[in-house]
Amino acid sequence: MNKIKTLEDLKLLREGMQAKFKLRESGNNAENIVRIKVAMSTCGIASGAKEIMNFLIEELEQQAIEAVVTQTGCMGYCYAEPTIEVTVPGKEPIVFGEVDKHRAAEIIEKYIIHNELVDGILPMNYRTIDN
Amino acid sequence: MKNIALHILDLVENSARAEAREVVVCITEAPEKDQYILVIEDDGEGMNEEVKNKATDPFYTSRTTRKIGMGLPLIQQNAERTGGSFSLQSVPGSGTRLEAIFVLSHPDRLPLGEIDDVLVLLAACNPQLRLVYEHRAPGGLYRFDTSEIEKIAGKICNCNQKIRKFLREMILENLRGIGAEIGE
Repeated sequence: MNKIKTLEDLKLLREGMQAKFKLRESGNNAENIVRIKVAMSTCGIASGAKEIMNFLIEELEQQAIEAVVTQTGCMGYCYAEPTIEVTVPGKEPIVFGEVDKHRAAEIIEKYIIHNELVDGILPMNYRTIDN
Repeated sequence: MKNIALHILDLVENSARAEAREVVVCITEAPEKDQYILVIEDDGEGMNEEVKNKATDPFYTSRTTRKIGMGLPLIQQNAERTGGSFSLQSVPGSGTRLEAIFVLSHPDRLPLGEIDDVLVLLAACNPQLRLVYEHRAPGGLYRFDTSEIEKIAGKICNCNQKIRKFLREMILENLRGIGAEIGE
């Protein structure tokens, strides 16, 4: 049977990566990185927001896109959960609804990387002529 | 909610919104009493008697983005349908304690679910919060405390995937070690 991991092992792991470890804060020009908020209230969690959040974190790290993925509360679009708000540097935030893994991949590929809009944008942030 | 871990993810958010600095989540597996007990205790702003009584009403919420609040009613329902119970105690200014007792052997009792994932996610998303998770099983007690992790690895929100993955494995292995039911 394998030995159970302890805090001691964490210490060793941490020391091992110390050299190449860069603190997020140092390069953290909040305006220059992509920010994604995943709505995680009861409604979001019940519709699978946690899987989407994990998917986004893994996918962005794999594609080496510098991004911060955080959790936020319910934005009032419970019918369209899971919802995510994506802020690309220099742009207004956009809220996407009914995000499954497939759509999350599409948002990264098309919106974040190639700057094309994709379906499923919720009328949260965008403005009309009237206001 | 599909499992207890998702309820925890949901309910700790309430504590975070109540400006808690410390949240203690305890799970006790008590086969001798045929109970599975979840307790969540925070030092947030608490609720007065009136709000507390309304808290389990699905048509009450302290939010302004929508008019319903299902977090507490859902856990209450899930506990009560196993023949268990649910209670809420709160002192304004000093904190809130929630206790959900499930009947351990009841077929409708929810499984624990991906607790490792939930704990790391909560810790990463709420850097201001000290999160303590205690799990008592027939084989002993496992305690996960974010303040101990931070002393070694810094804030979990700044940790890379490798450390997060390590933490998840550490939690699971320790839970397995005390014979906790983690549904594998």
